[in-house]
Amino acid sequence: MKKKKPKLAVWKFASCDGCQLSLLDCEDELLAVAGAIDIANFPEASRAIARGPYDLSLVEGSITTPHDAERIHKIRRSSKYMVTIGACATAGGIQALRNFTDVKEYASLIYANPEYISTLQNSTAIADHVPVDLELRGCPISKYQLIEVVSAYLNHRKPNLPSFSVCIECKLRGTTCVMVAHGTPCLGPVTHAGCGAICPAYNRGCYSCFGPKETVNTEALAEQLKSMGTPPADLVRMFRSFNAEALEFRQESTIHERED
Amino acid sequence: MPDDSTHGGGEHFILDGKALPDLVQSIINAGYWLIGPAVRDGAIIYDEIKSCSDLPRSMTDTQEAGTYRLQQRSDQAWFGFNTCAQSLKPFLYPPTATVCRATREKQGYSITGPTSDTTKMAFLGVRPCDLGAVLIHDRVLADGEYADESYISRRENTLLIAVNCTEAGNTCFCASMEAGPKASQGFDLAMTEIIENDDHYFVVEIGSQKGRSVVSTLSLASATKEQVLQADRRIRPAAEQMGRSLDTSGIRDVLVRNIDNVYWDSVGRRCLSCGNCTLVCPTCFCSTVQDVTDLTGAEAERIRRWDSCFNLEFSHIHGGSVRHSPKARYRQWITHKLAFWHDQFGTSGCVGCGRCITWCPVGIDITAEAHAIREHDLQAAPVKEKTEV
Repeated sequence: MKKKKPKLAVWKFASCDGCQLSLLDCEDELLAVAGAIDIANFPEASRAIARGPYDLSLVEGSITTPHDAERIHKIRRSSKYMVTIGACATAGGIQALRNFTDVKEYASLIYANPEYISTLQNSTAIADHVPVDLELRGCPISKYQLIEVVSAYLNHRKPNLPSFSVCIECKLRGTTCVMVAHGTPCLGPVTHAGCGAICPAYNRGCYSCFGPKETVNTEALAEQLKSMGTPPADLVRMFRSFNAEALEFRQESTIHERED
Repeated sequence: MPDDSTHGGGEHFILDGKALPDLVQSIINAGYWLIGPAVRDGAIIYDEIKSCSDLPRSMTDTQEAGTYRLQQRSDQAWFGFNTCAQSLKPFLYPPTATVCRATREKQGYSITGPTSDTTKMAFLGVRPCDLGAVLIHDRVLADGEYADESYISRRENTLLIAVNCTEAGNTCFCASMEAGPKASQGFDLAMTEIIENDDHYFVVEIGSQKGRSVVSTLSLASATKEQVLQADRRIRPAAEQMGRSLDTSGIRDVLVRNIDNVYWDSVGRRCLSCGNCTLVCPTCFCSTVQDVTDLTGAEAERIRRWDSCFNLEFSHIHGGSVRHSPKARYRQWITHKLAFWHDQFGTSGCVGCGRCITWCPVGIDITAEAHAIREHDLQAAPVKEKTEV
């Protein structure tokens, strides 16, 4: 008897679609992915939606509307495994910058008739609403990590997704530390690995697209950046980007906002 | 591990500064892949050397806790810099390596082991501290019950050309660890660069037959006794110039009896647990093993990858990580390096290269931390009368 292929669904919430596009980006591996699983719902690839339940749901985006806050529960109920993909889904994304201000004020500046906008004050992670089995970090996610998760799922093994620092990835690829050798402010020492340390390899500091690493020490890094001449306002901006709502980054940015 | 290496006191020859390209050519002609110091991305690192023009001539560096800056020298020194950003570790013990591969077959699966790396690698400009670290790795990775076959095959094909230090950096403390500034063993050739008025030459010490055969084609003149003494006189000031020092007297016992010292909290607050210190350390050898599969499950691979005791998963056993706090991980690292390494391998795990100080993003200093533990030693033995040395 032929083994039934597991059903994969991709779901979109408040996001730019960049993470689900990573799946299309897989190119070389895409045929193997399509051969191993049934893609039941994938808005960026096809309008066809197969009925649930789904074996593996990939959820992109954050919760920003009352409607989405309900929809995520329905998806959770029809998903055996739920993996959130990207900074929006795991930490509220760039749109979580609204959490530090008044969203009504923003809406009135942008929309001619803001009264038609139904939105929540805060942009929140999927895990704030429903239990999540695995979170894939990044803005966007790494397609290699995505394939690793699908591959691990299909082969019934644990995915290799280290939560150590980006520094480790720099050293593994032989990149000279941009912070030590160039004095470039870098968030690598507090950032979750996964991207392969792309920015330092191009002589840029890490922007922390992957958010806080395990047992993060933002305070000590911020102290060092300050002593290197980074003003508090810049520290606020550094910690408030794609993962501004991640607990440790939110706390650290708030400290420096007060100093500014 | 070089089978035929001598322990100092070998023959000495003179290589003219202008003849360094001949030595480089002779090494390459002997079929070696030549690795040496080169400037990349604002630092001097070990990289492939195709000719002498790749070497960082007239370059130096200023290193301090948490900073490294490349600088120009006023002379024409070939090796006028301190430690490279990385040691030889990435070459002799690569960051990732395949342990084995498995292929699914109609019935069961087949396994292919690692392919042995027989590339002949020559390292030019190896600092005595880095040489000392290679000898430590030989003990850890090639001796004993769990020898790493791929490391052994790489080392069997290695040519080590040390360059003694005539200057020391701000984060150097090899003199404290008795690993420098002069290479005493384990090299195939050891050179001392001497620049004096218009003279520029190297005193080359032969350390092994392999080393001798590389210079045999260059018809070098023997060094005079005075020239050998001159080389030693050049090295001596480096020992006094070291920017750091570490008091190793009884260090093992001091650290061991202070495992519960509250001082560790202080370093725990500063430590980022980023792992940089361990990955730039020339002796840190810890690695993890990962299994990866392809999507179809037809192929699987087992990969060894550098790991760090600063990573949470490093101490993950059933139920979770046993060293959850950065404080516990820093303490684990320094006590292994300076104390338990003695129990395990019979030497210190530190060669005093100072990389962990320079490349720590927040400049945590192993010599300062070891000193602080000594200062905070709760069970300090009564001060004995100091004897004149």
